[in-house]
Amino acid sequence: MSDSQWTDAAPLDGVPTDDVIGVNVEGRDIALYNVEGEIYATDNICTHGHARLCEGFLEGHEIECPLHQGRFDVRNGAPMCAPVTEAIRSYPVKIEAGRVFLSFA
Amino acid sequence: MSTETIVIVGGGQAGGWAAQTLRAEGFKGRVVLIGDEAHRPYERPPLSKAILSGDAHADTAYLQKPEAFDALAVEWRPNATATAIDATAKQLRLADGESLGYDKLILCTGGRARRLTIPGADLPGVHTLRNLQDAASLGAALIAGKRLLVIGGGWIGLEVAATARKKGMEVTVVEAMSRLCERTVPAGISTYLQRLHRSHGVRIELGASVERLAEAANGLSATLSDGREIGCDTVLVGVGLIANDELARAAGLACDGGVCVDAQCRSSNADILAAGDVAVWHSEWAGRRMRLESWQNAQEQGIAAARSALGTDVNHQPLPWFWSDQFDVNLQIYGMPAPQHEVVVRGDPDSNAFVMFFLDGDHVVAALGPNSARDLRFARRLIERRTSVDPAQLADVQVALAKL
Repeated sequence: MSDSQWTDAAPLDGVPTDDVIGVNVEGRDIALYNVEGEIYATDNICTHGHARLCEGFLEGHEIECPLHQGRFDVRNGAPMCAPVTEAIRSYPVKIEAGRVFLSFA
Repeated sequence: MSTETIVIVGGGQAGGWAAQTLRAEGFKGRVVLIGDEAHRPYERPPLSKAILSGDAHADTAYLQKPEAFDALAVEWRPNATATAIDATAKQLRLADGESLGYDKLILCTGGRARRLTIPGADLPGVHTLRNLQDAASLGAALIAGKRLLVIGGGWIGLEVAATARKKGMEVTVVEAMSRLCERTVPAGISTYLQRLHRSHGVRIELGASVERLAEAANGLSATLSDGREIGCDTVLVGVGLIANDELARAAGLACDGGVCVDAQCRSSNADILAAGDVAVWHSEWAGRRMRLESWQNAQEQGIAAARSALGTDVNHQPLPWFWSDQFDVNLQIYGMPAPQHEVVVRGDPDSNAFVMFFLDGDHVVAALGPNSARDLRFARRLIERRTSVDPAQLADVQVALAKL
């Protein structure tokens, strides 16, 4: 995989531990999660009700949508409970020089 | 026991989730879903808001995308009506004469909008709101500059009032009780809602009832109990729901304003379950037997009934959660606030964002407030965990609820 596939998304210290932030990366609305120091990335808009997951509730590896409390596993985007039935897209992450890089490939 | 055929009566949110759950739990048998509408299962909250205003298409309300619904391999019978249950023979009869044998039957027949019995209640221009067809019909009548009369200051009435006002209608709400949403919120929130609507130019008449509706030279005319007349072009009647429990009652099932079920969603007949708006059960959070007419309960009880039908032990006791969107306000309620609870307010109750906590001794049993979804989500955790709290800390906006 060439370096050109990785896109700089945010400074690592901009993603507080056990929290979620929303960032715009090349026009995409992305949620970045920090679970005990590990960074994960998914699309930010819930597949159910069009709410922003970055305003939701992160508990362990699960992000809960603030609108209807559907849950996704932030590691792979899998839907975890009703009302969400459709996975949310997740993205590979790498950390380099204190920055979070995502691959949209 | 082998369960081969499960029939679900009612193709709304509870029925849709029951069908989805049967497959998610690995049930390979026959699933028949009987709906009396042309639509596959959908969520009703947008009917008084984005779908009513025309801002969202009906497609956005469906529980499943078409391909996901097809993948459930459910025998879906739209526009179909169940007419009788033979509980002994375990047969369900449909209006078209067909008889369906079942091993388990799940009743998700919901409810219908209560209608008025006053003179003029059936005039053209008088609407109720329960399904997509109602929303299309009422939505077409929401026209800027025209006058809407809302009878009933409950959730449906207030949400429609807000949608109509945003469309530029002149709106009057008439409520028979002395305050708005009296059945579901404490007085402070009724006052808040009244202030919200009045600030947006909605006229509110409390302690007033409509005695008759009549055609007038220019639209319709409503006569109030005190003799006053209110002119309007369109009327929305939002005076509650009647549970569709006739099928169950005729079959001899225990009913009390709905089908009585236990926390396993089982009716008085072990092979017949019920879920959603039609079900009456003892809510431990409320401390009483009730129907819980909400989005959350339709979903969660539909799921629970399906799992129970498959023989899984379930205990349907969700912390009641309710929300309403009106103008720029999202109001949420967790639990069942009651007059005997101690009230602690966090934030300024005269502002558009604050939380009211309801305490029983040293723990929170209910919480509500406008535009405070995040705080309320933490409140939910306090309630569910029965965390011992210090009222002074709850009230202090400098103390993060996440830390309590």
